Amino acid sequence: MNSIKRYLGILWIAIAIISYSILLKTAYGQISTKPTTDTIMQWSIFVIIFFPIAIGFVLFGWLAFKGDYDRLPTSSDEIGD
Amino acid sequence: MNITADKTPIRKVIFASSVGTLIEWYDFYIFGSLAPIIATQFFPQTDPTAALLATLATFAAGFIVRPFGALVFGRLGDKVGRKYTFLLTLILMGGSTFAIGLVPGYTTIGFAAPLIVLLLRLVQGLALGGEYGGAATYVAEHSPAKRRGFFTSWIQTTATLGLLLSLGIILITRKSLAPDEADSIRAFESWGWRIPFWFSIVLVGMSIYIRMKMHESPLFTKLKSEGKTSVNPIKESLMHRGNLKMVLLSLFGAVMGQGVIWYTGQFYAQTFLENMCKVDFEQTRTIMIWAIIFATPLFIFFGHLSDKVGRKWIIMAGLLVAVVSYRPIYQQMIEITSTKESVVDASKTRIERVLQKIDGQPYSLQSTTTYHLYQNGITEKTIQADTVLASGEEKLQLKSKLSKTVPSNTYWAIVALIFIQIVFVTMVYGPIAAFLVEIFPTKIRYTSMSLPYHLGNGVFGGLTPFIAVLLGTIYAGDALVGLWYPISIGTLSLIIGTIYLNNKIDPNVND
Repeated sequence: MNSIKRYLGILWIAIAIISYSILLKTAYGQISTKPTTDTIMQWSIFVIIFFPIAIGFVLFGWLAFKGDYDRLPTSSDEIGD
Repeated sequence: MNITADKTPIRKVIFASSVGTLIEWYDFYIFGSLAPIIATQFFPQTDPTAALLATLATFAAGFIVRPFGALVFGRLGDKVGRKYTFLLTLILMGGSTFAIGLVPGYTTIGFAAPLIVLLLRLVQGLALGGEYGGAATYVAEHSPAKRRGFFTSWIQTTATLGLLLSLGIILITRKSLAPDEADSIRAFESWGWRIPFWFSIVLVGMSIYIRMKMHESPLFTKLKSEGKTSVNPIKESLMHRGNLKMVLLSLFGAVMGQGVIWYTGQFYAQTFLENMCKVDFEQTRTIMIWAIIFATPLFIFFGHLSDKVGRKWIIMAGLLVAVVSYRPIYQQMIEITSTKESVVDASKTRIERVLQKIDGQPYSLQSTTTYHLYQNGITEKTIQADTVLASGEEKLQLKSKLSKTVPSNTYWAIVALIFIQIVFVTMVYGPIAAFLVEIFPTKIRYTSMSLPYHLGNGVFGGLTPFIAVLLGTIYAGDALVGLWYPISIGTLSLIIGTIYLNNKIDPNVND
């Protein structure tokens, strides 16, 4: 099970990068087609707000790949170190 | 009766926390429930879809800043205390909601109107970001280990009940502004929509009074007396690898999916009924009210059940049934509200015309309302506005509005379809507070649990109606295209949660 958890980490990183790339491409396409303030604002919000989330998902994948989720902590002492 | 460490009865703790949180949700959701009217008041009317999207964007802005509120007020809650922090968030929320009700419309102050509304909406979002984590933490830290899911599930009902209260107040106000219903609705759309915003100040005043009487959380008091409170909760939450990995796991493995399920069942469903199925404003709201009333006790049931069987599998089961069922449910909603296969009963078609003179203008406005009754019992109402010149010449305006009133059997069938969606919500949301509280240590709990909660609910969840409507405008041929957003996010969360989360209930949150 642990090796599945680790290998899936690569998949999470790939999903984060691909999803964000699709978002960027769609935003560019929509703004080019209809360059109004509304369109620019809406898509800019998405691009900005999902950037840190995509980074977080890459980080999640990386931690999974490195084995951080092989065993979850059973007490808070194990978390706060 | 359960007595907590500070001798405050647990029922009193739950009541004080829940009432305040319920009011904050009320404040937050009246904006969403009134989105179509706010669109006409604060945004340019060149394009109704643009206005609706702009309103949803402002609505979404409130969600997007929630994680920042979680960080700011979470830090305060972990340093100063739970009680005073969520008292402050309540005041900020009530004040900004009241102020939204005072802002003049776009026709009076131009672009300053949407700008002020946006700023107040941001304050609302920040306040809510600080509120929920505090209330959930406060109740959990007063609860015995074996009943934590049950007690915190009362806090979980508040978001739905806040939505219910907002819908109820809106409907009552809409019907009580004039003896004649049509006059009352016109008055509501003109200025009466402000009343639900003003009403907030009364509710918040009551809640502040109740909360002032509460004591600080016993676990936090103990930590503070021992000098063990966190110096920098944000740094400890995000910079310590052991804690950060749990913040990420709780976000992607549970709360992200829970957020989209919540907002699909209770907000997108309403938007879909009104904009895609064209069901009448009032019927849409009462359908939501009935479904919420029937489903709300299940929050408590699933919270209680999670004390017996663990949090994980209830949340995962909720995600699974939701992602599998959404498309058939929404397809059914389209079919039962459709008039395509039905024939008009021409003998019952009626047309009403109202001519309204405009002071100082050489023309009048004519509103023509046509009612078509279909054999499946649906009444379709089309309102067409025309300008009538002094010469008698009529100029057709492009604006026309279509809405449907559904018969009783269809009405209750839709209530059942929404009820099913809210059952999914109760499964994923009922146990989530206990789940989050148990993951993080006391000294950084407020910050650590608030962040994934508000990223999952505020960003992933809160953007659901907005993204779904936007997808519908890009891929206009597919009425169900908006559902791919909650389905894909829910599926991803389901897979991650199933593989990585464990189902163990942490007996000790005093660490």
